[in-house]
Amino acid sequence: MTRPLSAPLDVGFDYTRSLGPTLGRFLSDLRRRKVTGIRGSDGRVHVPPLEYDPVTAERLSEFVDVTATGVVRGWSWIPEPLEGQPLDRPFAWALIQLDGADTSLLHAVDAGSPDQMSTGTRVRARWRDERVGAITDIECFEISDEPADPPVEAEAVTMVTTPVNLHYTHSASPTEDPFLRGLMEGRLIAQRCPVCEKVYFPPRPACPVDGVPTTDQIELSDRGTITTYCVVNVPFLGQRIPPPYVSAYVLLDGADIPFLHLLLGVAPEDVRMGMRVEAVWKPREEWGPTMQNIDHFRPSGEPDAPFDSYSQHL
Amino acid sequence: MRPAAVVGVGQTHHAAKRLDVSMAGLCREAIDRAMADAGVDWSDIDAVVLGKAPDLFEGVMMPELFLADALGAVGKPLLRVHTAGSVGGSTGNVAASLVQSGVHNRVLAVAFEKQSESNAMWALSVPTPFTMPVHAGAGGYFAPHVRSYIRRASAPEHIGAMVAAKDRRNGAKNPYAHLKQPDITVESVQASTMLWDPIRYDETCPSSDGACAVVISAEPTSGQAAWIRATAMRTEPTTFAGRDQVNPQAGQDAARALWKQAGITDPLSEVDAAEIYVPFSWFEPMWLENLGFTDIGQGWKLTEAGETEIGGRLPVNPSGGVLSSNPIGASGLLRFAEAAMQVMGTAGDHQVDGARVALGHAYGGGSQFFAMWVVGSEKP
Repeated sequence: MTRPLSAPLDVGFDYTRSLGPTLGRFLSDLRRRKVTGIRGSDGRVHVPPLEYDPVTAERLSEFVDVTATGVVRGWSWIPEPLEGQPLDRPFAWALIQLDGADTSLLHAVDAGSPDQMSTGTRVRARWRDERVGAITDIECFEISDEPADPPVEAEAVTMVTTPVNLHYTHSASPTEDPFLRGLMEGRLIAQRCPVCEKVYFPPRPACPVDGVPTTDQIELSDRGTITTYCVVNVPFLGQRIPPPYVSAYVLLDGADIPFLHLLLGVAPEDVRMGMRVEAVWKPREEWGPTMQNIDHFRPSGEPDAPFDSYSQHL
Repeated sequence: MRPAAVVGVGQTHHAAKRLDVSMAGLCREAIDRAMADAGVDWSDIDAVVLGKAPDLFEGVMMPELFLADALGAVGKPLLRVHTAGSVGGSTGNVAASLVQSGVHNRVLAVAFEKQSESNAMWALSVPTPFTMPVHAGAGGYFAPHVRSYIRRASAPEHIGAMVAAKDRRNGAKNPYAHLKQPDITVESVQASTMLWDPIRYDETCPSSDGACAVVISAEPTSGQAAWIRATAMRTEPTTFAGRDQVNPQAGQDAARALWKQAGITDPLSEVDAAEIYVPFSWFEPMWLENLGFTDIGQGWKLTEAGETEIGGRLPVNPSGGVLSSNPIGASGLLRFAEAAMQVMGTAGDHQVDGARVALGHAYGGGSQFFAMWVVGSEKP
């Protein structure tokens, strides 16, 4: 069996965090080359500072200055750094107990070699020149007995931007695969449930109603009926089709479930439920394993389908 | 099953951007108010249940982990619930079941969303490979089904605008509401921009930061109690051949089970106030029918007659509802909490006179998760 088709799916967003008084103080101080902890109800100094006490759950407010030097309490060597990690060369992730703190902070140590790392190793912060109020204002820690650079003045921060990027490989299911390969040949392949005989397009591995595999493959024409639709007038981040456009549920002739596609060739105000449509395919040389081979649907000019013919598909 | 009651509720001042607080601080604003309202301390809380909609909204995987301190959950059971937009309602029901079953005596339920950390429209429209990228957020999903309702019920076009104007006017009476528009009119709603035809800008919920918390207890902890007379949850797949997207089976089934458990035979005359999950105005008549308050195709007539206004036969969303505040994960629990406030008589300027029985309702996903409860002033 050939491997199912797959394609990259990249999801990324620059999240904007509002920090509140506790984390705001911590990150503002990092910008000033200072590290600040907070004292808990049991006297322990937590670094990074906790907003709420882990013992009593009460809000904490007694900030405590600690130094940017400390001792490694545990570590793990990273021989091949990944995207987004603090350093692009081999480094150690380490739990570092700063002098004056009772808890350990996770950060990177630029140790050069795992031979340089051990529990108990003394380290100090290497401050970034351009600091924005983020944990990455400490570029990394370095092995040293010397003090870190002294504090400086800087404006407070109340927000931090956290880019998150996820890189997936999206795989088609074994049922989707023949459907997608069919699309590459301009064919619309559906599956029928052997129990309820409903025809699914796009096909499903199993009938959602009967829970049995959809084994019967059938081919549909590229004509159908608009069951219902909306006109998208609103622009938004990541949008692929410039608004306004008609997003329509198309029920292909012979299918028992409609799917969303783009409707063109008619003014949005003239679209009707029940309108008969036909596919407009992209030029064959642009075809791939995707529903986007159909560039859009357009009115076929046939009389509208009667409401009763599609009302059970709303 | 032993009786359980809501004994305290709390919520944040909802806003588009609560840049003054972290996620933890946002939750605590609601929790601290709920615990003060109930007159309880952390030592009185046996377990914590947290509700939050999709993690992509804040980009924090499993926020219950880093929030454990702030939620006062250290050393206690902490459960995360997730059923998309209905999650706040499911969170209330899960917390209720922990008390009704006798597992715990007092449970804190909290739900939140901090929409300003990202963009829900983006998060709900991530284009999947091999498909046609026509998706356009929740509005783009629901607008075709609203169109189907209008056609099936032969509803006049102004109904959606009437709901929006009513809910926003109600929101103006709620000190915690995000949107307060006392002067909004049906005409001004109709004049607003069409976003996802047939849904207009003013018929659409806002994007809010906010949280809600309730304390559920086997016995009253202060002078007030909203007794939980029934809870129900039902689910169905997002799509299947023959699925009714306008009047989903799962919602009908949940409502039938709810009324039966509550001993209610005629919801329209026996329920005094309803907090129904209406993120787009047309869902008021749609859910009135789905919940069995009216016959099929008749929901809009109740709205048109003004019967869903405060003072009407069935006030719907006296708090202003989701159309006035939408911290997604919290929106369902807000419905449940506002229903409790109505029967406790603590709803202030949006109090329905003499409310003794109230509905809290939430739905989520592609109208596929339903959660609801009935609360009453009398101990069952």
